[in-house]
Amino acid sequence: MNALTATGLHKRYASHHALRGLDMEIPQGSLFGLLGPNGAGKTTFIRIANRILAPDEGRIELFGAPLDASSALRIGYLPEERGLYKSMKVGEQAMYLAQLRGLSATDAKQRLRTWFERWELQSWWDKKVSDLSKGMAQKVQFITTVLHEPELLIFDEPFSGFDPINAQLIREEMLRLNREGRTLIFSTHRMESVEELCTHIALINQGQNVLSGTVQGVKDRHRSGRFVLRYRAEHAASFTLPEGVELTRNEQEASGIFTSEFRAGLDDASRLLTALAPQVAVYQFEEVVPSIEDLFVQTVQGV
Amino acid sequence: MKPFLLVAQREITTRIRKRSFLVMTILGPVLFIGLMVAPTLIAMSSETEELNLIVVDHSYVLPGTPSVEGANLAYFDPKEVTEEQAIALVRERDDIDGLLYLPESVNSDPEFSLKNAKLYTETTAPLGMASELEGLLERFAYEGKLRHFGVDPALVTQAKSDASIEAFELSDEGSEASGTEIKTGIGFFSGILIYMFTFLYAAQIMRGVIEEKTSRIVEVLVTSVKPTQLMLGKILGIASVGLLQFAIWIALTAAAASAVGAAGLLSPDPAQLEALGAAGQTPPELGELQSVLGTLDALNLPALIAMFLFYFLSGYLFYGALFAAVGAAVDSETDTQQFMLPLTLPLVLTFILSTNIIENPNGPVAVALSLIPFSAPIAMMIRLPFGVPWYELAASMSLMVLGFLGTVWLAARIYRVGILSYGKKPTYADLWKWIRMKP
Repeated sequence: MNALTATGLHKRYASHHALRGLDMEIPQGSLFGLLGPNGAGKTTFIRIANRILAPDEGRIELFGAPLDASSALRIGYLPEERGLYKSMKVGEQAMYLAQLRGLSATDAKQRLRTWFERWELQSWWDKKVSDLSKGMAQKVQFITTVLHEPELLIFDEPFSGFDPINAQLIREEMLRLNREGRTLIFSTHRMESVEELCTHIALINQGQNVLSGTVQGVKDRHRSGRFVLRYRAEHAASFTLPEGVELTRNEQEASGIFTSEFRAGLDDASRLLTALAPQVAVYQFEEVVPSIEDLFVQTVQGV
Repeated sequence: MKPFLLVAQREITTRIRKRSFLVMTILGPVLFIGLMVAPTLIAMSSETEELNLIVVDHSYVLPGTPSVEGANLAYFDPKEVTEEQAIALVRERDDIDGLLYLPESVNSDPEFSLKNAKLYTETTAPLGMASELEGLLERFAYEGKLRHFGVDPALVTQAKSDASIEAFELSDEGSEASGTEIKTGIGFFSGILIYMFTFLYAAQIMRGVIEEKTSRIVEVLVTSVKPTQLMLGKILGIASVGLLQFAIWIALTAAAASAVGAAGLLSPDPAQLEALGAAGQTPPELGELQSVLGTLDALNLPALIAMFLFYFLSGYLFYGALFAAVGAAVDSETDTQQFMLPLTLPLVLTFILSTNIIENPNGPVAVALSLIPFSAPIAMMIRLPFGVPWYELAASMSLMVLGFLGTVWLAARIYRVGILSYGKKPTYADLWKWIRMKP
């Protein structure tokens, strides 16, 4: 089942058309990366999923049912622009937000105590938010986002505003939550975190889903049939190539190391390596796989 | 708990714990009581300091040693003391505070010394001392002249009469004292209260909305609470705080007033006056007090208080919703000016026109202003003590309810778009687009 299914979403603002028939399938249990350049419609989609905005056209379903007032209890949302009441005390504020998400006062207090102990924040309970650093306030907000243990978590740019140590903490929390079976959606422009974390991705450009699937699946769909061989030699080798294979590059990389590139069929890796192995001292052989970042740039720029 | 109630509850608990709430709650009654007690206290304090003055009177207008409030007068023979000597004496002697000097007449004109009298004091003379002495001189000169013309001053005093007119209103039930001043006072006072509360608390709503918007917490809130509910929760929460503060004010003022009254600082004391009346003496205040009480009886106070609460709440809701919309439309308080003007203008205008309403409580201006929801809370409260036909009151109240339902609806539509719009300051055209936009 899908945690979230969107079909043909359209959203027009006064001056621009933010979503133009966006389709999206977010499988239950996935750690889903939402990619796209600024203004692509990521935040609009996230806001529609959170019922902050209603789509002009199209349908959106949460675990197979249309969104309604109870959806908020099953979703945890961390917006890109974070903030809390500055003059309110940390504990009181966390209690308020937890109760808004349907927790009883006793449950909220008990769970908050567990979280505050885990992250060693107990001494902050009676401090005002204005006395906290930005990173500290963001930790508090993260806790209030996940406290009601929702099945679906939506984080808009979760790593922005965190220092590297806290960003690592958040990353570990996200993986832990995902291991516990929760579905996570997060938007980001940091590609390295995508390959490291995500099971699935979708690339949104100009209000449409232009590329989506599992990370490996997306990469496989963009195989180019290019292979790189690095070998040890004193002089550039001249290769005897099997049929259908073309040598596109053969040059010295460092003293004693040469790099050559071949164009062949998508499934020719084994055949090619078998043919090349007797001819040179193989140092490294690999298929050229596009990185998500390459695909992002290619797709957006229409290359 | 319902999200809407949680929002209202948060508004109440965070606000009543603020130091400013405590200060305002205590300061309000202190100010009220202060205004009531101040005249008595001032009168008492001025009695305590008496000045010792020496008098050198070349005109011989002042006979013997007449008493004057706040000063002891000692006479010197003008033939033996010059002005300079008298001044030197004031400087030398610590127990002499000043000198009243009336110079010798020129061409034996008695008016001359009166017109050129001088008061020398070592410290600043108390306010009113000079005019008190002037009155004294005038009185003795006047009596001296009467005697000169062969008239007994006592005869003139006897010839004086005191007239007093009480106005009555002819109605179907007979005649009743009209008590215009008291009605004006009550109407005006409740009008001012509504005016102040509307501004004070509506502005608090606006600031609260701006705070939620600039801190960005609103984006999390609207996933759990519908924007309209968030806005209404805030408006009703702040209204409860206002009513609570109001109730505390009334209770504290009443308690303090009775405490102060028991200490005898409030004049006139009704019990004392009644005792005086029973004894056959009728001080002028007693008659006034009876007419005040009579007017209050005739006014049907419970109905007035109920009407006050209705117009207070409906006016607050009417303007509160609009102020919430302004808060949602802007990014910071400095940007509110352009949208505030059309909201404050009707309130201020009604206030300016209030004299017109009082002069002619059933005139066309008064009737129109008390029907338009923008001005009705103030205008109707001013009119009510003078009597308003039931159908006008019903029309005004219905329009008021329709009015705040309308502004709440309108404000909600601006609010739900505005709270998520940042950056460019919207124009009125933008607001119109927001109102028509689908959610």
